[in-house]
Amino acid sequence: MNTHIAVIDYGMGNLHSVASALQHVAPDAQIEVTSDVNRVREADRVLFPGVGAIRDCMAEIRRLNFDKAIADTIASGKPLLAICVGLQALMDSSEENGGVPCLGHFAGEVKGFTNSTEFRAARDEGAASGERLKVPHMGWNQVRQAKNHPLWHGIPDNSRFYFVHSYCVQSRDADVIAGACHYGIDFSAALARANVFAAQFHPEKSAEHGLQLLKNFVGWNGQP
Amino acid sequence: MALAKRIIPCLDVDNGRVVKGVQFVDIRDAGDPVEVSKKYNQQGADEITFLDITATHEARDTTVHTVEAIAAEVFIPLTVGGGIRTLDDIRRMLNAGADKVSINSAAVKNPDFVAEAAARFGSQCIVVAIDAKKVSGEGEMPRWEIFTHGGRKPTGIDAVEWAVRMVNNGAGEILLTSMDRDGTKNGFDLGVTRAIADAVPVPVIASGGVGNLQHLCDGVTQGGADAVLAASIFHFGEYSVPQAKAYMRERGIEVRL
Repeated sequence: MNTHIAVIDYGMGNLHSVASALQHVAPDAQIEVTSDVNRVREADRVLFPGVGAIRDCMAEIRRLNFDKAIADTIASGKPLLAICVGLQALMDSSEENGGVPCLGHFAGEVKGFTNSTEFRAARDEGAASGERLKVPHMGWNQVRQAKNHPLWHGIPDNSRFYFVHSYCVQSRDADVIAGACHYGIDFSAALARANVFAAQFHPEKSAEHGLQLLKNFVGWNGQP
Repeated sequence: MALAKRIIPCLDVDNGRVVKGVQFVDIRDAGDPVEVSKKYNQQGADEITFLDITATHEARDTTVHTVEAIAAEVFIPLTVGGGIRTLDDIRRMLNAGADKVSINSAAVKNPDFVAEAAARFGSQCIVVAIDAKKVSGEGEMPRWEIFTHGGRKPTGIDAVEWAVRMVNNGAGEILLTSMDRDGTKNGFDLGVTRAIADAVPVPVIASGGVGNLQHLCDGVTQGGADAVLAASIFHFGEYSVPQAKAYMRERGIEVRL
């Protein structure tokens, strides 16, 4: 039986890239982009992407009952991979759009780079030396593998992944940090607990290391 | 640990073929866009920019199919520009697999279009392309203006002010092309690159005029660019992306190897 992967579609942005990257690494898998919670419940594994403003994302997630479907997926033990705003939506809250409560699966907040005094200090210091810390944090940055995880299999530590975001995750629980990154400040590039792995970067846009991570996800049994 | 400066090969595509003109006159054929994209992906390019220079409306469908074909095989960010005039154009390109779209003349015609596009699709996928030409004379305060229609039509708009305005409207990145330099191989216009990189809080891609690897370094170190875009030096095999990265790294620039 070929694995059935549901890619959650809540109307925010283009899911073509992530679906085609999954199909590329798993030609036999059934990849289904869906906004039907029942299809998500029936899938063997779930991909939770996200792009855009968090308030709109959370509103659509709740309107389409994906908050419940995601909680059920997490409770079921099926592998779940969240990407970018998908990760941010799993946190307690985000300070984007004046403060938005999120799903609360991971303890911690999503903070704007430019709202951080430490980031602004680093940016001002950088400006003096000609190094500019632009926001969004856009491009290829190194991810330190803060713990061993099946999704890091075959990927060298400190490999570069493609990021594009203006808000970043500050985990309150150090134990769940799977990947760490630095851009003016330290932030969480990936969080993992039990059957959930959540990445700030875009594996579907991160060339061979990103494809390797997706391949690892397709073969993952959900055990850490 | 630091963010890498990006190297972006640019494909100018006319009727489904990669071409590169010298100041838009001498068009040489450089191949099939899907094959060219795959080659750059294998070489370790950090992104690919696809500029549709086809004039006719019918050819837009060809572009959508080409973008789909590239996106199915190349898993690095893809920016598509040229002829993006409506929200529907943006939606089509994003659905075809583009990660970002680059808006040029349509922004000059209607600056609110950028605001609408950013509100609808998010700033992260809205690149504003600026074609600038130096208009100040020898000994004057340097000044650059926006030109449209492949550099033929002046607008009277100050390039630096325009960049700031576009970012305020929601542009997530600026693709700056010096029309004086494009195709000349004399290097970027570092003055305008630096002026805009200093003026806006979002990343700036320098474009226009790359003739050798030192030019790429200069764009970053002197121009302050976050990314450098080049076409002909890569298309015709003068340099490969790995050569460019090795050269930049030797000179202390953070790159992804």
